[in-house]
Amino acid sequence: MDYFLQQLINGVTLGSIYGLIAIGYTMVYGIIGMINFAHGDIFMVGAFIALITIVALGITAATPLLLLIAALVLVLVIAMALTAVWGWTVERIAYRPLRGSFRLAPLITAIGASIALQNFVQISQGARNKPLQPLFQGGFQLSDGAGTGFAVQLSYMQILIIVTTVVLMAGFTFLINNTSLGRAQRACEQDRKMAALLGVNVDRTISLTFVMGAALAAVAGLMFLMYYGVVDFFIGFVAGVKAFTAAVLGGIGSLPGAMLGGLLIGLIETFWSGYFSVEYKDVAAFSILAIVLIFMPEGLLGKPEVEKV
Amino acid sequence: METVKKPSLLESSVKDAGMGAFVTFALALVMVGMKVDVASGLGAELFIEYRWTAVAIAVVTVFVGRLLLNLFFWKPDNPLAVNLSGLMPSGDSATQIGKALKPVLLIIAIALPFALMFWLGARGSRQYIDLAILVTTYIMLGWGLNIVVGLAGLLDLGYVAFYAVGAYSYALLAEYFGFSFWICLPLAGILAAFWGIILGFPVLRLRGDYLAIVTLAFGEIIRIVLLNWYQFTGGPDGISGIPRPSFFGLEFKRGDGGFADFFGLDYSSIHRIIFLYYLILIMALVTNIVTMRLRRMPIGRAWEALREDEIACRSLGINTTNTKLTAFALGAMFGGFAGSFFATRQGFISPESFTFIESAVILAIVVLGGLGSQIGVVIASVVMIGGFEFFREFEEYRMLVFGMLMVFIMVWKPRGLVSTRAPSVTLSKDAKGISADLVQEGHG
Repeated sequence: MDYFLQQLINGVTLGSIYGLIAIGYTMVYGIIGMINFAHGDIFMVGAFIALITIVALGITAATPLLLLIAALVLVLVIAMALTAVWGWTVERIAYRPLRGSFRLAPLITAIGASIALQNFVQISQGARNKPLQPLFQGGFQLSDGAGTGFAVQLSYMQILIIVTTVVLMAGFTFLINNTSLGRAQRACEQDRKMAALLGVNVDRTISLTFVMGAALAAVAGLMFLMYYGVVDFFIGFVAGVKAFTAAVLGGIGSLPGAMLGGLLIGLIETFWSGYFSVEYKDVAAFSILAIVLIFMPEGLLGKPEVEKV
Repeated sequence: METVKKPSLLESSVKDAGMGAFVTFALALVMVGMKVDVASGLGAELFIEYRWTAVAIAVVTVFVGRLLLNLFFWKPDNPLAVNLSGLMPSGDSATQIGKALKPVLLIIAIALPFALMFWLGARGSRQYIDLAILVTTYIMLGWGLNIVVGLAGLLDLGYVAFYAVGAYSYALLAEYFGFSFWICLPLAGILAAFWGIILGFPVLRLRGDYLAIVTLAFGEIIRIVLLNWYQFTGGPDGISGIPRPSFFGLEFKRGDGGFADFFGLDYSSIHRIIFLYYLILIMALVTNIVTMRLRRMPIGRAWEALREDEIACRSLGINTTNTKLTAFALGAMFGGFAGSFFATRQGFISPESFTFIESAVILAIVVLGGLGSQIGVVIASVVMIGGFEFFREFEEYRMLVFGMLMVFIMVWKPRGLVSTRAPSVTLSKDAKGISADLVQEGHG
């Protein structure tokens, strides 16, 4: 039971990170109907920017707590802003010129952009793993493991990740539902041509979608960095595919769906490694992707797509 | 009649270049300007190496570059680019050139090893023939994938899985049962085709991008299984000592009974290399001939119809399930052939060789060459794989440039370098060469 509880906590934490990345996929797919294959690598760039900022500001676990929190907020803002510029640039160079081209074209440029980003980071930052000493130690002891010999711990780090995710989710739901930008986005999602006729700046709205997705990916990057304490240039690929799986599982195009899908994928992966085998945890995630797409292509919370002639 | 309100060319160009420079600054500030690294010593402390000059160079380059492009190419009323575009061959003449090119290319391909031997000698030509083998392998893979992507319009991001199945089929059959290459080659093809059907069956209902992601997932699953099934596949250590192919039972070895001995030649290791070259050349040409023949048969026409419009296909009574499955199986079979050739050439295989990047490279060859164009695949393989090897010294930068090229070629020519998609059959004589730009992508 204690083991189960611990896996549950870890799964929810991991799921929060996947969910944040998945939002980027789901928003972009919703608005222009393409898989932004480079999004996983944007997440990786975000993690690197966060790491560099942390080291440059000299933040360590020894920093006094209040100062540490303030500094981390600063890191978060910087990482979100700069990663957003990366997201914008990829959209501007690789996707915008191909808008209205045939379906496979943007997917190919997306793969190209993903390869280019990965190798750019490998060259500019080196291929070695970058380990970061943990910034927060300790946590709440939920059970001392007296009876079962297994202590359950909810670390401060995990609380931070889950709380940040919930706050950001609430913020973004508000943004989509109640602001003019959100309205413009939903309008573009329904009918881009009509939205343009009614005075919505479609290009700008799409760019902003990419910017928002990249900013959230940067948050996920910072979380990933602090949770696992190590980044390298290749983390984007697997995390990206899993987050995409989460987006599909939850129903692509739906924000709560992305979050729900992220949580489910996080839980499935954690329980799979906890109870079956660590080696095949990626196989579990990929198999779920295939099974969901085959039997339930519209996902848990998505709308079924109508095939038109 | 000068427009007064419009800002002058110089002013708008500078403004635009300034924006570009600012974005570059934001991009480069952290990711280029600061390099985080692990300090040597025990603590594994991270430190930052500052490289502001690199940032400055990037910003200045972008500013000057954009300014010049704005002034001379993009903004002026009479840009230089217009004058240049007349020099590019139009779609029709490119097709004509393509037709004339085929026999020439074939002759070059057949004569290549001997020409190289003549000029460079056995020792000098070896690396070039090796490169030719590599390029031809990718041509064959490209042609195989072209059946799935180019003809049937099904985007497959996990093609390397079938390449892996072919390679491992041969390696494992040779290791466990001692079968020779010539027995394993058809078996590898059949096994790969079988896997193609197994993987193809569940994904038939998916469209476009979804299909791409699921095939990618399947490719990764096969690689992870190969990596972790240690007892059977050797896991990350791979399989070594895979037997070499023989020439009608004659082995390429020194001494009695070898190939050189039988034909009364002096023994040289180059014989085997040349043999491998012709082997893959013949295999690739078989792939091409089969594809071209199938295109004229009902099944090939059904593929092309499927690519253009799946719903119309179904309403005309074409069995889309069988059509898609045959495309998947045939593409996979050729991938399997190429895989067992790869295994026998290398003598060693490991899951390392079958990563997603490999799939991306093959797909890039097909797409950049021009979907459905056989000659385009050849050109793209020669340019990309040849160029790849040519810049071997810049190892680090190769994949970066490769990724960027994929983006830029696609943006420049979304239909690929040889961009004709003329259907094999049309109703009237006049409607023959439908320009690629007019053909809408189907729902496949």
